[in-house]
Amino acid sequence: MSRVDRSRLPVPGPDRPFHFPRIAKRTLPNGLEVRAVTHTAVPIISIVLLVPGGSAADPADRHGLVSITAGLLDEGSRGQSAIEVADRVARMGGDLDLEVGADAVVVALTTLDRSVEPALALVQELVSAPNLLADDFNRIRNLRLERLRQMKDHAGAMAERAFAHAIYGDHPYGHLGLGTTASLTRATVDETRLLHAALFAPEGATLVVVGDRPAGELLDLASAAFADWHATTSTMVVDRAAALASPPAVPLVKLGVVSRPGAAQAELRIGHACAPRATPDYHALLMLNTILGGQFVSRINLNLREDKGYTYGVRTGFDLRRGIGPFVMQTSVGSDVTVPAILEALREIRDIASTRPATDDELSLGFATVSKGYPRGFETATQVARSVAQLALHGLPDSYFEDFIPRLAQVTRDDVSRAAARHLDVDRMTTLIVGDLDKMARSLPDLGLGPHQVLTPEI
Amino acid sequence: MQIPYTKRTLSNGLDVIVHEDHQLPMVAVNLWYHVGSKNERPGRTGFAHLFEHLMFEGSEHHNHGYFPPMQRAGGLVNGSTSTDRTNYWEVVPTGSLELALWMESDRMGYLLPALTEDKFTNQRDVVLNERRQNYENRPYGMAGMALSAAMFAPDHPYHWPTIGAPEDLRAASLADVHAFFKTFYHPANASLALAGDLETDQAFDLAEQFFGDLLPGPVPDPVRVEASLAASANIVLEDRVELPRIYLSWHSPAMFADGDAELDVIADVLAHGKTSRLYKQLVYERRIATDVSAYQHSREIGGVFQMSATAAAGVSLAELEAAIRSAVTQIATDGPTQAEMERALAQSEAQFLYRLQTIGGFGGKSDQLNAYNTYLGDPGYFDRDRQRYVNLTAGGAAAAARRWLQDAPLVALSVVPRGRRELALPGATEVHVS
Repeated sequence: MSRVDRSRLPVPGPDRPFHFPRIAKRTLPNGLEVRAVTHTAVPIISIVLLVPGGSAADPADRHGLVSITAGLLDEGSRGQSAIEVADRVARMGGDLDLEVGADAVVVALTTLDRSVEPALALVQELVSAPNLLADDFNRIRNLRLERLRQMKDHAGAMAERAFAHAIYGDHPYGHLGLGTTASLTRATVDETRLLHAALFAPEGATLVVVGDRPAGELLDLASAAFADWHATTSTMVVDRAAALASPPAVPLVKLGVVSRPGAAQAELRIGHACAPRATPDYHALLMLNTILGGQFVSRINLNLREDKGYTYGVRTGFDLRRGIGPFVMQTSVGSDVTVPAILEALREIRDIASTRPATDDELSLGFATVSKGYPRGFETATQVARSVAQLALHGLPDSYFEDFIPRLAQVTRDDVSRAAARHLDVDRMTTLIVGDLDKMARSLPDLGLGPHQVLTPEI
Repeated sequence: MQIPYTKRTLSNGLDVIVHEDHQLPMVAVNLWYHVGSKNERPGRTGFAHLFEHLMFEGSEHHNHGYFPPMQRAGGLVNGSTSTDRTNYWEVVPTGSLELALWMESDRMGYLLPALTEDKFTNQRDVVLNERRQNYENRPYGMAGMALSAAMFAPDHPYHWPTIGAPEDLRAASLADVHAFFKTFYHPANASLALAGDLETDQAFDLAEQFFGDLLPGPVPDPVRVEASLAASANIVLEDRVELPRIYLSWHSPAMFADGDAELDVIADVLAHGKTSRLYKQLVYERRIATDVSAYQHSREIGGVFQMSATAAAGVSLAELEAAIRSAVTQIATDGPTQAEMERALAQSEAQFLYRLQTIGGFGGKSDQLNAYNTYLGDPGYFDRDRQRYVNLTAGGAAAAARRWLQDAPLVALSVVPRGRRELALPGATEVHVS
């Protein structure tokens, strides 16, 4: 005898409420903003230092300079070698990340609670006193040049590079953090010193410390470790607002192909420059994306993967930034179905903004997905620290997490349709293919996107 | 350091393990089937992984996609397949635990009535796409397959890749798939871990309610096949790559066997991070490699110790190979230094602590409880696992390196740009992987 009613799915019960982290704050005399959050699960400390001005702040003829400068932070500091610095991290069982995004550089160190003081001291040292020696610069630059060479073989990396340039051109979001062979070859160690002095300053930066200690104590420890960090002068001017410029109104490329003879798959990107993170439509765009292509049951994935079997998976995203960030659909499909896959994807994007707007059911599914899963993003100390750093980057209030779900609940079907109409314009989109051009050239006219341009991304 | 738990076995053989953690209002459901590609046979490879796809396509009482109800509940859902096991998991808000158990139990007990030819064909196409995207269209993506094929005889179950051979996937019939499911997907060949915001007694009641009346099948016989290399091999694979790379691969101890932890530490000391011997020597000082790696990949019926290095422009693979083998000889002779042992211990202690941070998902606490239970029959092995590293000695690590690496045959694989066979190690034999 069955003890389970299998005639219908169980209805979910009520959810226990969840309270988002309380953020303690302090501004140091040197201008550094410090944030601390108590997180009691495991004795682990997460330190995240966010410095605004990422690869979008690269000087125009020195793409990659911000990234290589950030990459040199842990290649030796205060007279110690890269190996000695790495040894300190390893001995505290630490996990150190240096990340360069379009809008910011992030130094993140996760380690055991008992190492909180040496860990804070290390992060302070990395950002304030890197050696920036010529020999280390040459070594790291060579490794990066080799990485660029290898990138030619990576369809996804080529697609990302060609796509950014196709929609942004010379706008600061039109190049990737690593730069190019030519720009890295021109760069000098002196320029990394000038850029370091101009970019890495306490004023404008935010330090987040999360761990199993009272927030006041974390603030005190962080303040003590960073009190002596002072801005230095530089003859280089870094334009942290460069990304706020408008991207090209019309994309440089309508249909672009990066040729990859013999490729097993075609890598696809479709999209355009779209909106900044500060858009009032943010929550509506989040819902729109969830319905269109942000998750497994979204329209495009159900169509291209589950119905047609064209792909292992397809995703859309609004990569909203301080400046106007892109909307991108990305996937990889069999070469023989490239054209039908693109046509279906374009149709789905066009339809949600016109003839097949989001339904009530899709809206409620999307809201449930995002809101009910929201607490999951605050499970580890590192997740909490990174979330708090994002508030700083985008100037969002401390109550943001607490307000998020009520605000999302206000989004209506009309809001989603308006956001789709305002922010998705298929006629303005760039379609990019990285694949075997010979195999598909004859069918490309079927896309109705006009003649294709063969692109050779600068590497 | 522990993951506290309670374990009971239902009368149909299903192991149930419960761990309470009330930090978030979330529950992790994690289900392991003790079946992987090693339970397949030549000519019919890729089934365990194909099932991982079919398990999301609906079962008798919910003959729709698995994702919509889960996503409506705010759940995160995934699964994965290895040579040794398949795991499925959900992380859901506390109030949706019953929903997740209903759906997991329905696809354990009632998958086949809902499995049609159409679903099968569609998901086989998705898998063929996955194979092209993640292996064929990725630089060095076929190296793993070439190494497995050279390390293991054609009838050894680690010879073929988990994703399967395209011709096998195309040849598979619905009847094959039914037979495979009946053999391996039942309560007596599975382990269920529930972790998070739940009460232990209530969790066992729910497990009994949803899974208790599913019928068990016979417990499959363990797979036991010995693997060894009669002699060293030297092979080359041409690929769409810019820089040649050398791989060296040895047979090594199975998971948790003697020498497994020792070789983990040997791998760390040789090539993990900037403080490692080979990074320092080849990448930092001599600058003849752009990267180095080493790892002890231990599996249920045997391990593989694998090292690799990518050549900087103009450097020969023979030079890299000589440097790697000399580093192996040195550590096998002298063992790690005291400073290296201290560092390795500090890192290992931190890694175990980091593993306590999440209740669900790949590598979360529920996944670890199931791993220890499935492979060792002991969900509480976490701390003993950690002790393996605490108790390590430099002498023991050196002895393992001597036995498994220095004195043992190996497979050397050169991956070189298309048309550039001359960049391989001298005397290499060409191999093809499809």
